[in-house]
Amino acid sequence: MIRKLLAFLGFKAVRLASLMFAISLISFMLVQNSPIDPVQAYVGADAVRVSPEQRAQIAAYWGLEKPPLERFVIWSSALLQGDMGTSMIYRQPVEEVIGERFLNSAALMGVSWLLSGIIGFIAGVVAAMKKDTWIDRCIQWYCYTLASTPAFWLGLLLLMIFAVWLGWFPVGLGVPAGVLADEVTMADRIRHLILPALTLSVVGISNIALHTRQKLVDVLESDYVLFARARGETGFRLFWRHGLRNIALPAVSLQFASFSELFGGAVLAEQVFSYPGLGQAAVDAGLRGDVPLLLGIVLFSALFVFTGNLIADLLYRFIDPRIRKAGVR
Amino acid sequence: MSAHQAGQWPSAAPRPQINRRRRTLTVIVCTAAFIIAAWLGGYLVNLEKLATNLQSRNHAPSLQYLFGTDWLGRDMFTRTVKGLGLSIQVGLLASVSSGVIAVMLGLLASMGKIADRIVSWLIDAFLSVPHLVSLILLAFVMGGGMKGVVIGIALTHWPSLARIIRAEVMQLKSAKYVQISRRMGRSSWWIATRHMVPHLLPQLFVGVLLMFPHAILHEAAISFIGLGLSPHQPAIGIILSESMRYLSMGMWWLAFFPGLCLLLVVRSFDVLGERLRGLVDPRRSRE
Repeated sequence: MIRKLLAFLGFKAVRLASLMFAISLISFMLVQNSPIDPVQAYVGADAVRVSPEQRAQIAAYWGLEKPPLERFVIWSSALLQGDMGTSMIYRQPVEEVIGERFLNSAALMGVSWLLSGIIGFIAGVVAAMKKDTWIDRCIQWYCYTLASTPAFWLGLLLLMIFAVWLGWFPVGLGVPAGVLADEVTMADRIRHLILPALTLSVVGISNIALHTRQKLVDVLESDYVLFARARGETGFRLFWRHGLRNIALPAVSLQFASFSELFGGAVLAEQVFSYPGLGQAAVDAGLRGDVPLLLGIVLFSALFVFTGNLIADLLYRFIDPRIRKAGVR
Repeated sequence: MSAHQAGQWPSAAPRPQINRRRRTLTVIVCTAAFIIAAWLGGYLVNLEKLATNLQSRNHAPSLQYLFGTDWLGRDMFTRTVKGLGLSIQVGLLASVSSGVIAVMLGLLASMGKIADRIVSWLIDAFLSVPHLVSLILLAFVMGGGMKGVVIGIALTHWPSLARIIRAEVMQLKSAKYVQISRRMGRSSWWIATRHMVPHLLPQLFVGVLLMFPHAILHEAAISFIGLGLSPHQPAIGIILSESMRYLSMGMWWLAFFPGLCLLLVVRSFDVLGERLRGLVDPRRSRE
């Protein structure tokens, strides 16, 4: 068992390495061919006051006059040592920016990940247990509609209703404006987190609900449930004893495998609520041409998605008693 | 099942069947009509109404201004229709190019083992970065604008369709007529274009159609962020991002109607695609 686990992890590590290499190579080449001149982007509004000599100095300082391949080697070997370069807009090492921002994003994504998982799972279970009734139809209709709803529009609606009209929540930002960092309380942070988290959680609900519904419907059509029904089990008891065990694991691993959408949704939710997370940093980096930060975030998001998929895989292969006993492929 | 029921209730059984088919066709026609209307509407709108008209600023929705007017007096209904037209156009360009990439790579995967490895690896690599993040990167690289959005969406959305096509091609390869054709000395290219592509066309059509919702939503999202279409075009994403500044003044209609219309168009594409899939490939349409 342990040996299999180690072999599996080793295989995944090799895969991760090759994936990271590919992504860094592809994105480096893309950025390389960008029409945006990095020196110009750096200089920005001061363009008039910077002489050609100074431009050349900046270019030389960043090593821009070297051939692309050499630059890629320099950049990637620095990456391997954990040095991702310096962000132009935050004037901080990229890894510090990412770390700081990710903490904020992690709170947001974690809360909405849990919320969407729980709500989606319950909705899916209810729909399957009440299959073909109006409750089922409502839930399904609701899920399909949610799936085609632009997340940021939903965020705008929530903002409008709860922040502008009702005034229950602040309009944006991660912490109250004009308050010293030490005086920000946990309650403040939570108040600022609720609306973005709600927006983000809505995105994930429909996927998990529809999946859970389908799985549970399949289970309920099986022979052993027919037998259980014949023994007189119904309702919650039937679900608890025969349904839950069969559908919990797929639902949890699906939820882990959805890290990619979660991250994408977080970018939008953070943008709507000006929440200072990693997604907002990605948008800023894209808008203002901060190449080191952008590349750093691309790599980091790939790592994030990979972790989610790895956990989903592990759950399937090593937690599920049926597959575990049958031997890992 | 239905034959069994027909034996019991001779008069009742055939009717639901007809109704279901008719209902499917009705839904297809209605959604298609709605989409085409929105698309053509984008070309037919009265451009005068897009111009600023400072005398009719900040009107709430009324009979004269269905969706209200904005802070420059522009009619929101006209802007929304124009925006939907743009969205559908971007969706069309991006989905079709994405479909082309998917078919080429799917067929390439059938050529040999090494090609298959490379294609699967590419699919994994492209799926490993969140779509929105790779869209930001690509939009940055292309310098934004329509070109950047279309290329970005086309390059990020092909993997899921390529996977389906690859699986289908793998199955086709073991089909009798393909094997016979190969024994008769046909080249891989001949088999791919004469046997595989005609078989894949219906699936491909539906696959591309089902890509529209994602493409349109991503276009709106990237424009909303500010890396997509130019701010001078009335794309839905642009309208929504502009509306943010006026929300606190209670101008809810600026955001509400355009978003709702986008939702309707996206949902229509979804329904249309699902229903057509039901007709083309009944086996797989059962979710």
